[in-house]
Amino acid sequence: MSTYHRPVPNTWWLKRKPYVLFMIRELTSIFVAGYCIFLLVFVYKLTQGADIYGNFIDVLKSPSSVALHLITLAFVLYHTITWFNLTPKILVLYKGEERISQGLVAGTFYAGWIVVSVIVALFVLGM
Amino acid sequence: MAETMKLEIFRYRPEKENEPTFQTYEVPFLEDWVILDAINYIKDEIDGTLSYRWSCQMGVCGSCGVMINGVPKLSCAAFLKDYYPDKIRVEPLTGFPVERDLISQIDDFMTKLTNIQPYIIRKRGEEKPLDEGEYLQTPAELARFKPYSMCINCMLCYAACPVYALDSTFIGPAAIALGQRYNMDSRDQGRNARQELIASHEGIWECTFVGECSAVCPKDVDPAAAIQRAKVSSTIDWFKDVLIPWGKKK
Repeated sequence: MSTYHRPVPNTWWLKRKPYVLFMIRELTSIFVAGYCIFLLVFVYKLTQGADIYGNFIDVLKSPSSVALHLITLAFVLYHTITWFNLTPKILVLYKGEERISQGLVAGTFYAGWIVVSVIVALFVLGM
Repeated sequence: MAETMKLEIFRYRPEKENEPTFQTYEVPFLEDWVILDAINYIKDEIDGTLSYRWSCQMGVCGSCGVMINGVPKLSCAAFLKDYYPDKIRVEPLTGFPVERDLISQIDDFMTKLTNIQPYIIRKRGEEKPLDEGEYLQTPAELARFKPYSMCINCMLCYAACPVYALDSTFIGPAAIALGQRYNMDSRDQGRNARQELIASHEGIWECTFVGECSAVCPKDVDPAAAIQRAKVSSTIDWFKDVLIPWGKKK
């Protein structure tokens, strides 16, 4: 019997909103990875002496660098929030027969995120 | 005249056409009609050549799954009133070859379902004789896997999965979820027998966690979660093998 195979166009992910959101989530990984590389470069510059590090900091203060950092921040936040929201699907915990609520599992991650962020902020601001 | 609605239905008749076409039918609009009622009306009153699958008409048999405006749904559970007065486009499930009109060829799914061994497996010599009765299980043990056991094999999850549409070697959501259902069953001892397939490249690692399989599931099975949890278990296995090579016992 001859069957018909429907082609899958490269634009399949534009056809439904959940697929678009998924592709954005995938795209954010590039920004997360890119920022990890940036942090490694940052540490490397720190080892190269005060002049080189100072010049690097000046470059980072340029408007285009600030804009890039803001864009990266938006993507990294999207990445973090979407993955935190998916975590309760993977981390399924039970208390007896009752499943521990997904909100509590995700909420624990958000709480941890806030605590770590506050500690880092206090450290960076030298308080 | 009573109110009507238009259904634009995918037609493919291999004996007379190489490419599918769409045919529009006008059906009465009734508040309590589901799309399957409208398709049955077309078959009975307008065009007897239309082919499609259906059986129970109550969301149990899992045979009437189609794409409704691009979203996989059971046609017995999708009401006309939710789309009225717009035209509704009905197509066969995405990702599967089309045999005729709304009928998908599901052999691939059936093979994968069989290969995953979705039944209780006991270790050799550890099967109880029938006269010793059933394997007992506590309500807490049942709760661990019960959601995954609600699958009706309707294949909506496959139709929602872009990974399966792009690469049909992927074992797919329902088959893996059913494998996981038995892996998590306290009466089962067959995880190792399923693991080679589940942890293969065509198994869990092909999944990119789009999550739409769970979103479209009419029985809230959550196959996406089952797959990710199987990834965690398989990763733990790997670390155990690498870090504790002398403790191979699984």
